[in-house]
Amino acid sequence: MNEAKDRIKAFLNRFFRKAELQDHDDIFALGYVNSLFAMQLVMFLEKEFGVRVDNKDLDMKNFSSINAICEFIERKAS
Amino acid sequence: MTNESVGTKVRQKVKCVVWDLDNTVWEGVLLEDVNVSLREGIVDIIKALDSRGILQSIASKNEHKSAMDKLEAFGLAEYFIYPQINWNSKSSSLSAIAGSINIGIDTLAFVDDQPFEREEVNFVHPDVLCLDVTELPGLLDMPEMNPRFITEDSKNRRQMYMSDITRNNLEEQFVGTQEEFLASLNMKFTIAKVGEGDLQRAEELTVRTHQLNTTGYTYSYEELDALRQSDSHLLLVSELEDKYGSYGKIGLTLVEMNDNVWTIKLLLMSCRVMSRGVGSVMINHLMHLAKEAGATLRAEFVSTDKNRMMYVTYKFAGFKEIQEEGDYVLFENDLSSLQPLSPHVTLVVEP
Repeated sequence: MNEAKDRIKAFLNRFFRKAELQDHDDIFALGYVNSLFAMQLVMFLEKEFGVRVDNKDLDMKNFSSINAICEFIERKAS
Repeated sequence: MTNESVGTKVRQKVKCVVWDLDNTVWEGVLLEDVNVSLREGIVDIIKALDSRGILQSIASKNEHKSAMDKLEAFGLAEYFIYPQINWNSKSSSLSAIAGSINIGIDTLAFVDDQPFEREEVNFVHPDVLCLDVTELPGLLDMPEMNPRFITEDSKNRRQMYMSDITRNNLEEQFVGTQEEFLASLNMKFTIAKVGEGDLQRAEELTVRTHQLNTTGYTYSYEELDALRQSDSHLLLVSELEDKYGSYGKIGLTLVEMNDNVWTIKLLLMSCRVMSRGVGSVMINHLMHLAKEAGATLRAEFVSTDKNRMMYVTYKFAGFKEIQEEGDYVLFENDLSSLQPLSPHVTLVVEP
């Protein structure tokens, strides 16, 4: 899953200036999560990993950090 | 769909008129005659539509530079945004225009003297209102071309879209993260209670906005006037400004306050500010207000094929579904985690 993690990191780096976003950093706590980013993240995950993010998946817990996103993608893909 | 159902369908007000050039805006074919002359009365129509806040563009099969030079010489170039002057099909030019402006294709009208072009557009986009030049004398009187109100925002609409084009070009050329770009804009988001002078714009927003609209509930001028004076409602208008100028009054929010339960009945933002992420700023503000008042915050939502972004916005702001019925969802937020205000936006709350 390291390859998936790298792709997610690369995507997040287009948004966040904080150069070293750690795998467990809470991206919501950084204050940069806005409606635009949220939608772009969901669309990125759907396109990049071929998963369908349902309304019930849109729980902040699933997207709060790089680790959380990776785990979510693994769950959806399995 | 049968012809009958098309005929009875309530037509959207036209947001953008797309013009052909040869034998439509001007008499003659530019490639054959550089001295074409303007169609009689065309300037009055173009200026009248502009003053009503109806945008205009071009779909013409021509050489881009010579056609633009000719429009410039006629003093008309500034009236058209995202002109499509190329050899592509007109239907693809219309798609490009609707996409660039970010409005629905069903809000376009297309004027062309050639039946072939109108049929081609009609075949690909049956919801576009296609008009022949013979219909021009009655065009300004058509109900589709008459917005119910003409507000300050509608009069300045073209200018505001022009500023958007400048911003978008800068964003494309910007080297850095999206966060840095947003930070460079010096955005100021102002929230105020809807005043009497805002009512027309407020009604216009409920009718015009689809993508960034949580419920699609529409309210008439009279209803909005009653709601703004009601003690059990909060009716807010929001405005966005950045270093390139104002986007105008772009947001409307209605909250119903019953005892200790606040319900967001409507939250909408003009699609022009979609890429600015300010929907979250509004929701965040309401979360803080509700928390201070010790109220429970709920939000109604009606899913459409266009408003998924607002669903995602609520969910990412910590709202959870407590009731679902078909397309209708009732959210609740326990207000346990308030996110800090975005560092890119200065929030001004008018008393």
